[in-house]
Amino acid sequence: MVAAAMISARPKTAKRLRWAANANAWLLLLPALVLLATFTHYPILATLYHSFFSLGRSGPATFVGIENYQAMLEDDVFWQVLRNNLVFALATVPASIALALLMAVWVDRKITGRSFLRLAFFTPTVLPMIAVANIWLFFYTPDYGLLDQILRFFGFSGHNWLGDPGTVMTCLIVMVVWKEAGFFMIFYLAALQTIPPELKEAASVEGAGRWYFFRRVTLPLLMPTTLFISINALINSFKLVDQLVIMTKGGPNNASSLLLYYIYEVAFNFWDTTYAATLTVTLIAILAVIAITKFVYLDRRIHYQ
Amino acid sequence: MKFYTKALLAAGMITAAGWGSGTAHAVDLTMYYPVAVGGPLTNVVDDMVQRFQKENPDIKVQAVYAGNYTDTMTKAMTAMKGGQPPQLSVLFSTDLFTLMDENAIVPIDDLVGADGKGWLDSFYPAFMENGRIGEKTWSIPFQRSTIVLYYNKDAFKEAGLDPEKPPATWAEMAEMSKKLVKKDASGNVTRWGVEIPSTGYGYWMLQALAIENDQRLMNETGNKVSFNEKKTVEALQYWVDLSRKDQVMPTGAIEWGTLRTDFLEGKTAMMWHTTGNLTAVKDAAKFNFGVAMLPAKERRGSPTGGGNFYVFKSATPEQQKAAVTFIRWMTSPERAAEWSIKSGYVAVTPKAYETEAMKTYVQGFPQAVVARDQLQYAVPELSVHENGRIYKIVNDAVQAAVTGAQTPQDALESAQKQSERVLNRYR
Amino acid sequence: MRHDGSRIETVAAWTLALLWLLPLAYCFWSAFHPAEYATRFDLTAPLTLENFARAWRQAPFARYYLNTVLLVTMVLAGQLVIATLAAYAFARFRFVGRDIVFGLVLVQLMIMPDVLIVENYRVVSGLNLLDTIPAIALPYMASAFGIFLLRQTFKSVPNELVEAARVEGASSFGVLWRVFVPLGKTTYIAFGLVSVSYHWNNFLWPLIVTNSVESRPLTVGLAVFGAPETGVDWSVITAATIMTMAPLLLAFLLFQRQFVQSFMRAGIR
Repeated sequence: MVAAAMISARPKTAKRLRWAANANAWLLLLPALVLLATFTHYPILATLYHSFFSLGRSGPATFVGIENYQAMLEDDVFWQVLRNNLVFALATVPASIALALLMAVWVDRKITGRSFLRLAFFTPTVLPMIAVANIWLFFYTPDYGLLDQILRFFGFSGHNWLGDPGTVMTCLIVMVVWKEAGFFMIFYLAALQTIPPELKEAASVEGAGRWYFFRRVTLPLLMPTTLFISINALINSFKLVDQLVIMTKGGPNNASSLLLYYIYEVAFNFWDTTYAATLTVTLIAILAVIAITKFVYLDRRIHYQ
Repeated sequence: MKFYTKALLAAGMITAAGWGSGTAHAVDLTMYYPVAVGGPLTNVVDDMVQRFQKENPDIKVQAVYAGNYTDTMTKAMTAMKGGQPPQLSVLFSTDLFTLMDENAIVPIDDLVGADGKGWLDSFYPAFMENGRIGEKTWSIPFQRSTIVLYYNKDAFKEAGLDPEKPPATWAEMAEMSKKLVKKDASGNVTRWGVEIPSTGYGYWMLQALAIENDQRLMNETGNKVSFNEKKTVEALQYWVDLSRKDQVMPTGAIEWGTLRTDFLEGKTAMMWHTTGNLTAVKDAAKFNFGVAMLPAKERRGSPTGGGNFYVFKSATPEQQKAAVTFIRWMTSPERAAEWSIKSGYVAVTPKAYETEAMKTYVQGFPQAVVARDQLQYAVPELSVHENGRIYKIVNDAVQAAVTGAQTPQDALESAQKQSERVLNRYR
Repeated sequence: MRHDGSRIETVAAWTLALLWLLPLAYCFWSAFHPAEYATRFDLTAPLTLENFARAWRQAPFARYYLNTVLLVTMVLAGQLVIATLAAYAFARFRFVGRDIVFGLVLVQLMIMPDVLIVENYRVVSGLNLLDTIPAIALPYMASAFGIFLLRQTFKSVPNELVEAARVEGASSFGVLWRVFVPLGKTTYIAFGLVSVSYHWNNFLWPLIVTNSVESRPLTVGLAVFGAPETGVDWSVITAATIMTMAPLLLAFLLFQRQFVQSFMRAGIR
């Protein structure tokens, strides 16, 4: 520890130095802490606080206890968006991770056109979701969109992809997987490069097949990366809502709506800010559970070393 | 933090001063407005604002296009709650109750001068209905519409129908649609009979059908709705049957935005849409098309629709007066005619139809007055407290029904129940 | 020597890659051809820039560009300064409550400003900053991610270098500026690229806090421009879409290697 080294260098003035170091450190931290307190910690507490109050559109807001929470539990749309979000997470996370792994394994090898492949897989990641949504909206348009044109070519009839509650979620999931897989590929690529080549040589000397090597050596070595990506992807699936604004507005009949989008609607279209706060508390709770899981199982080592 | 904020504010002020220095004595107005139909209408508005400023050098209007109606309302409210309200805005004529509940707007009557009464009476009464409560006028009609039936005359001919005889009743529309549906060799539909949009403005279309079935959807004080009435259910049932039973309309939600393209591409022979899209259709259609009033069940009818000017309470008296000057300029017969010609919206005063420009236009393009003529059957658009929320509830119900997730009866029962819960506190 | 298995894999990889580029190719097709070819594929279709011209005329994209550039610059500058100072404190000072404070910083990794829209809106409007570019930037200015990355980097700086600088009489700040910052260069680049592409693309929060053309970034401008209600003219919208993503896409194509490596570096913990 350098700090310790600095301090112990001159034992006589140690106390004064320690005080100075303390003050110094806090001064250095001040801007960050003020901003974090204003835009992260205070809002979290304020959300919780406001969720216990009435809206007070006409007259002052009054304490209503858990009334907002009761309303939330009775709100069919809330349950629907929660369910949707779960489906969305459970579909996008494994799918994008599996694809990312596949891509990374391909691109890591001496494959023909390697840099082109890497480019193709990674490009969607740098694009704005809003732009992507525009493109895919066009893609999914009934009858004359690209998807229907391709299907028609093979003799299938057109389908109202985004207008059918049975297909809209799948359509959005496919799009998000397309957008995200390349991003996760990068993490795998980084991890693959840390696997010592000697391991592979040893394996091939012993006559192990590629699949065997992948299953027995590569995959276990990539486990921490997989966990890390899973957590990130899971968190992401609760904040990816830009596409809804462009493509479906959460419809038809809330079939594609997600929790954060519902919060946005309730807060900024209906101006029911206390109910929006109640919904936000739910979202924060979900994220906190994920965070705690991560802390407990994943990176205690990193944070407290 | 405080210092930081101050520094930012100071920087902002310097910038603001820099921008505004040339117009020290002008009254500044900010106006949000929506566009919900096709065509480069933002350019038209910008151009009109420019001309207004040339004629009124002491008033500066900053017209901000903010997306569709819901987006614009969201922006206006966000800005207001954030302490920077606009001085005037074009918003849904039906947002009146919400704006009043938020204490956001002022009645126009008090702001107009001696000749004000005459001016207020110069508008089509049907367009004033949504804006008048009791004795007060709270908004001025601007981009107003009714729903009309667009139909492809060439497709009518091809199907052996008389292109000068659009359907006049629900039954006729269903029958004609069956003849208009076209399929390819493998049985896939290449042209639908009719399409009624169910996203964004589904409540509006449902209201049209309900009116035609002789059912009103709300009371005058905006705190009661009748979504689960038998006649409303019948209206939605007819709509659903068009796709599920008669198979003349695609199943699933039909996009308001892409419907115009569907019609122009010949994917549907008829569509229900706002007359505000008329000019965009006229400019792009490569076939002969007609415009007709909506068909009748018990009666003809359509809700009015579109946006009105509102003046905000927080504006200074000077700004409010300037806002009214601007509104009067924008709705004068010549401008109303110009706006109607460039968009397709109904010109808001009868006088606009007596201008030379309008007369010439209508002569060459009689479709332009169908929506106006329909006004005699028109009913005010659905307008209640917490309008945004109610619209979403109805839109959800409509979508649930057209996608087959729920029966019209169940969907509307649920919509009624949810609406009751919202509107309860306004009784 | 390649065997069949690997040839099949190559084909599969290429198929996936082409599939991955298909939506983009579609976008470029419709943007560079007249509207009547937007949905018809014909190799003889004439090329045109008219769609770009029309999009440019119909909305103030120049202003949107300016706003986005200002926004991204402001966020990045703020983040770099603030994260550098904080990371230095965490990496090189031992002080009371360090672990707790660090834990508080890490909260933002999980509960990002993106989900606190309701209360952050209140805060920003309380500061009287609504509809300004700083309003979009402030919640992201203190980046837990940036602090975390730089702390890791600073921790790996050898003590000898620090001592040497001290002997030469450098102050705390001097050490930071002359030793740590230069050694953190790759981390700065990595973080910078990730941050720029995040904020160039960010949408929901800017949508909420901006009201006028003067503060709207490109993404919000594009969404407002392409609002489906206007009856979607695909050719023009795809042109506008390309304009929105062009700078980032171009930068990515030119500096592909740096981008990929930066994202990789930012991802390793």
